[in-house]
Order: sequence, then structure tokens, then C-alpha cells
Amino acid sequence: MLRKAIALAALGIALVAGPAAANTGEGYELRHPKWTFTGPFGKFDPAQLQRGYKVYREVCAACHAMDLMYFRNLGQSSGPFYDAEYKNPNDNPYVKSLAKDIQVPDIDSETGDVIQRPATPADRFPKPFPNEAAARASNGGAAPPDLSVIAKAREGGPDYIYSILTGYLAPPAGLTMTPTQHYNAYMAGDLAPYWKGQGHAPKGGFIAMPAPLADGKVTFDDGKPSTVAQQAEDVTAFLAWAAEPKQTERKQFGLGAMIYLLIFTVILYFSYRRVWRNVAH
Amino acid sequence: MSGPSTYEPKTGIERWLDTRLPIVRFMYDTALDFPTPKNLNYWWTFGGILALMLGLQIATGVVLAMHYVPHVDYAFASVERIMRDVNYGWLIRYMHANGASMFFLAVYLHMIRNLYYGSYKAPREVLWILGCLIYLAMMATGFIGYVLPWGQMSFHGAVVITNLFGALPIIGPPITTWLWGGFAVDNATLNRFFSLHYLLPFVIAGLVILHIWALHVPGNNNPTGVNVKSKADTVPFHPYYTVKDGFAIGVFLLLFGAFVFYNPNVLGHADNYIPANPLVTPAHIVPEWYFLPFYAILRAVPDKLGGVLLMFGAIATLFVLPWLDTSKVRSMRYRPTAKWYFWIFVLAALVLGYCGGQLPDNPVIGAPTGLMLLDADVNSMVWLSRVATLYFFAYFWIILPVLGLTETPLPVPEGISEPVLSHPATTPTGAAASPEKRG
Ligand code: HEC
Ligand code: HEM
Repeated sequence: MLRKAIALAALGIALVAGPAAANTGEGYELRHPKWTFTGPFGKFDPAQLQRGYKVYREVCAACHAMDLMYFRNLGQSSGPFYDAEYKNPNDNPYVKSLAKDIQVPDIDSETGDVIQRPATPADRFPKPFPNEAAARASNGGAAPPDLSVIAKAREGGPDYIYSILTGYLAPPAGLTMTPTQHYNAYMAGDLAPYWKGQGHAPKGGFIAMPAPLADGKVTFDDGKPSTVAQQAEDVTAFLAWAAEPKQTERKQFGLGAMIYLLIFTVILYFSYRRVWRNVAH
Repeated sequence: MSGPSTYEPKTGIERWLDTRLPIVRFMYDTALDFPTPKNLNYWWTFGGILALMLGLQIATGVVLAMHYVPHVDYAFASVERIMRDVNYGWLIRYMHANGASMFFLAVYLHMIRNLYYGSYKAPREVLWILGCLIYLAMMATGFIGYVLPWGQMSFHGAVVITNLFGALPIIGPPITTWLWGGFAVDNATLNRFFSLHYLLPFVIAGLVILHIWALHVPGNNNPTGVNVKSKADTVPFHPYYTVKDGFAIGVFLLLFGAFVFYNPNVLGHADNYIPANPLVTPAHIVPEWYFLPFYAILRAVPDKLGGVLLMFGAIATLFVLPWLDTSKVRSMRYRPTAKWYFWIFVLAALVLGYCGGQLPDNPVIGAPTGLMLLDADVNSMVWLSRVATLYFFAYFWIILPVLGLTETPLPVPEGISEPVLSHPATTPTGAAASPEKRG
């Protein structure tokens, strides 16, 4: 039986590994900070999520929308500003005050005029640009992608985002630069047409986003030193949480479900042995 | 069913119902008392697993459909809303998405079992063909379902696959337009795909009923491939196989849970979390893993029409397999030569799956040789796919027909109780008349 189980497992792995192996492209190996939220028991660190939200709000939100996010999400269970006293995040005073600082568009119900008003927890994060054309026009022709699920939408996930944010190395001498493009060691692309130097073109590619982070750009309320690496790590954690706000629940529920299934399976195994004990087969 | 019914209605209401609609009798004979060979191994547990997976896909799918919006502007966000705002929506959606993969894993193992033990041979040809129809309907359902979340892979996958029909002469272009409901993959396509995705699983359920009916006429095959001779060769389905299948289902659900709870997105493609954009084509369009072998066959042929025909030919071949295999011996256990060709066939299918996920021009090992054969380097995925495709077809159309005539099989046991049993009973066989009553 064990032999067969191994054969089955090997077959399963072969079937799964095929497509997985398909996605390894040429490039630098991604940077891999120590995340608190990976693995079956991983959890988000609320302090990190709070810092990450601040980086998003003060830096990234100038260019990137997060259309699937509502302010109330910030106060939900395992979110950055969760407070056990306010099970309904719409009542969370901290979330309310964070929302109030942001203006969102609305229609004045008396006059029908387009107005701006302070946000409530029930509002979506506002978009920085009215439409995609405007987003392109202000960013050298490339529209900044929505960041709501970006951590699930890139091969490598959080490691990739962190690597992009910290991957603005000095362009290798011999690379012809254009005014709207920036060299990033982790961006996909083929630099051969722009390469005037010796040997192979360097790894990496051009990205239309200028390096968004700089030392001291954001002041962390908890006194963490505000280095590029710290900002990148925190905002990436925030994006990983936002891509799947229910992932902590998923893992906790999963632990219970797996233990239950395991007990159930063991009981069935012994029932099987017992029922079959008198039958040669 | 095989043999007279042994059902005895025990209560007044059962007796009353039995003379009007003998549905309890039917279920008793089909699921409880059905005589089943006593030597079935774990390869026979996938039938139960498949039935469970179909039930789970339908149950989770119906709930998803309550929240899903089949419109190009809202589909993507509605799926994310299920994951974020619907109670346990993440669980339902991840069970459905990973459930499709587990369903295919189980069906592939189930089919490999049939190939190895010759379960497609007489008198089970209709049973096998119904299975092939189920597989075909599953492929349609899985492909269409993957389009529904309307991510980049959904959209561009739909474009690639629907365009395949366009390769057929004369009827091709009108068929594609008809599938699309317009002149491109667009909102009309998404709407009809949703409608079909809801419909097809119920067609599958109907086919499954026929499949089980066709199983219960000749009864199960077994690892020896030898016919059941007497009642001594069988045990009642319940409790013997309900408990064994139950255990296998438990193991399978643990694997399923490992994906749903801890790796819910590894089997998918990251690009499908980018909303569909007809103007941006992903660098590398790959179908779901369970289609990769067919995708490799498709791309192995330099001509599009040829590729399409060969791909459908691979599936069509399965339907006629009962008449291609000329050997009278069912089980590969007693076919020393065929056994080896069989395992090479499994390898070829895995190789095709691997090639399907790679770029056709990628070298297989090391660097390209620079030696071109026809249109591609000899050391490339296309050439590896070609070799594997050739074997895939040769196995069914040449090897099985010829081997059945030339191979000398090992001596086949008289009956299934005869060969040295791997698990002898702890008490004499006769004592086991109805152990379920003894507890
Ligand atoms: C000045 C505007 C601007 C700011 C500020 C900005 N970005 Fe971007 N970002 C862009 C643009 C433009 C692109 C598209 C780049 C391209 O396609 O070449 C982009 C792309 C990205 C990508 C996707 C890269 C890929 O693989 O396609 C990520 C991830 C990202 N930004 C994260 C962030 C984060 C996190 C922040 C805040 C720390 C941030 N950005 C701040 C303009 C900006
Ligand atoms: C044979 C059984 C079925 C299979 C193999 C199957 C397969 C799939 C697949 C592969 C997806 C895409 C998952 C993803 O990546 O998000 C999907 C989505 C979906 N399916 Fe099914 N499905 C089945 C039955 C059903 C049924 C019976 C229903 C409805 C009654 C249904 C409703 C849906 C809906 C609404 C979606 C879109 C939501 C989503 O993408 O998560 N499915 N299905």
C-alpha cells in the first residue's frame, strides 16, 4: 500500500510540477525578506500593516488605485486597525478618523453638483486619476496598475513586489536610457536593443514607475527607522494582506478542518481494517 | 441490477412505497447490497471520489452563482467580492477552483486504472464510452468555468481555444462566430459560457447515472481481470466498500484541504488575477494543467488545422479503444510485454503535460544544438512533444492491436479467489458470512 501511495504522490507531483516549472523565467533571483504571514501558521503583524498602510496612503496612492478596498476593511478582523471592541469595523473610531482625512467624490443630493466630501468607512479608496487615459498621460504612457490584488497577480507574489521596490539599481554603463523609463533589476524585459556595452545585455528591464521610495520619505508613528527596505517590506505586507484580507481566517479554519479530517480518516482506516478482518482479499 | 433483489421492506411505509415507486429497493440494490469483487485495490476508490467531487462542484457552484455577475465589467470584481465580503466566500470559491483540479486528478487516475486493468474490454465497452463522454463534458465545463472570473488567462485562453474551431474549413468561421455570439470574445460570450457552465454539470450528473447503470449490469472488473464466478468472490458493497471508499475519500480530502487552505492559488496562474484586457496579450498563454497534454499535441503539429484534428483525434481514439485492443486478457498483470508499453505510455502522457507548459522553442536539456529539423531545433520542446505524441497514438493504434496477437500472456488464474491473496483472512473465509452484523 505504501508503495502505491508513493507512486500516486509522485504522479500528483509530476502533474502539478509541469505547469509550475513552466513559469521560471530568466532573471535575478527574487529578494526574500522574512515575512510573518507565510506558511500554514503565518499571521500578519498589525503594526507592520499600519506602517504599510501609511506608505501606501502617503506614497503609492498618488498614482495607484485600490478599487476593491473599502476603508472599513482596515478595521476588520486581522486587518491593520482591528479593535476587538468594535466587531463592526464601520464603528471603529480610528478607521472613521482615517477615512475622514480623505476626500471622495459624490453628488450633492440637493443640487446634483459633483462635490468632494470626507470619506466614511463604507467608502472605497478613491482613485488618483479620473480615467485610464489620464493615468497614462501623467505617467509617461504607462498606467499604474490597480494594487488591490497585485500580490496575487504577479509570479513570486510579495517577494516580487519587494524586489521591484528595492530593485532600482544604478543603470549599468552602456544601457541607453529614455526619459520616461527607469532601470529595475527585477522587471521582466529584454534590454538587448538598448545595450551598447560589452557582452550580454544586463538582466532586468525598464519600468515606467520612478523609484517610489526613499529613506525618510514616510515617518512611522511607532518610531521604526524609515529606510527604503523597511518601507518596502511594510507596504508589501500591506498589499499581501489587501490581496486576501481573509487569509488568516483561511489558515485558522484550515487547521481545524485538517485536524478533523485527519481524525475522521484514521477512524475510517481502523473501521476498514475491522470490517475486512475476516475476508481474504 | 445483476441478480434478483434481496431487499425486504421493513416498515409499513416502505412496503407501501415499494409497491408504488420501488425507489428504496433500487437504492438498496445499487448502493448497499450490490455484490462487488472482494479483491479490489485502492485504484477502485476513485469512482466514489469522483462522485463526491461532482457533488461538491455543484454545491459550491450553485452558491457561487448566487453572487457571481456574468458581465465583462463586473465579473472579475464579483469573484473578488465573493472572496472578501461573502461569508465563507473564500472557502466556497477556493473549493470550487481547486475542486476542479482535484476532480481532474481523480479522473485521470481513474482512467489510468481502466487502461491498466483492461476495464474497457467486453462486456464494459458502453461503460467506458460513457466515461469518455463524462471526461469530454468535464473538459468543456472546466474550460468554460475558467473563463468566468474574466482575468487575463480567462480571456486570452478563451480566444485561443475558440479560435481553434476557426481552423476547420468552411464551417470553422461560422462556428466561431456562433460560439462567441458576436465577432470577438465579449460580453455575449461570457453570458452564454455562464449559462453552459451551469448546465453542463447536470448533463455530467445524468451521464454518471447511466455510467453506474452500465457498471451494474456486468459488475465491477477487478485487478485480475478474471470474471466473478460465484458469490464467494464478492462481498456486498456496504459495509465493505463504503468503509474502504470512505477511508480513501478521507485521504483525498486531506490533499484537497492542503490546497484549499494553504496553497489555494498554486494550481492557477498569477495572470488570472489581472482583469481581462483584450489589448494586452500575456507573454505566455497556458491553459489549466489538466489540458496541457492536449495543448502539447496541438502545438506539435506545424499546421493549425492538423493540430486541431490531432488533438480531437487523441480524444476520439479513447472512444474506439475497446475495439483497438485485440488481447483477450484484461489485466496487465498477466501481460508481461504490454505492461512495459503501458508504463511508457503513462510517461509519454506526463511528458506531453510537461511540454504543454513550456514554450515550444525552449531547449529540453542544456542549450539548443543549432541543428534544425524541419521548423525547429532538435533539442526543443516541440520535438519532444512530437516524439511523445507519436508514441501516444502508436500505443493505441499499433502497439495494442499488434501485441494482443503476438504476446504470450502469463497463466491467468481460474477465479479471483484463487491467486495467492495478499491479505489472508485472520479467520477462515466461511466465517465471514455477514461480519457487519457481528460488529
Ligand atoms: C509616480 C507614480 C507612481 C508612484 C508614486 C508609485 N507607482 Fe507603482 N507604478 C507606476 C507606474 C506608471 C507603473 C507601471 C510601470 C510599467 O508598466 O512600466 C507602476 C507599476 C507598479 C507595480 C507593477 C510592476 C509590474 O510588475 O508590472 C507595482 C507592484 C507597483 N507599481 C507598486 C508600487 C508601490 C508599492 C508604490 C508605493 C510605494 C508605488 N508603486 C508608487 C507609478 C507609480
Ligand atoms: C463539473 C463540475 C464543475 C467544474 C469542473 C467546474 C469548474 C470551474 C472552474 C475551473 C472555474 C474557475 C475557477 C476560478 O479559477 O476562479 C469555475 C468557476 C465558476 N463555476 Fe464552476 N465547475 C463545475 C460546476 C459548477 C456548477 C454546477 C455551477 C453553478 C451551479 C458552477 C458555477 C461557477 C461559477 C459561478 C464560477 C465563477 C466563480 C469563480 O470563478 O470562482 N460551477 N468552475
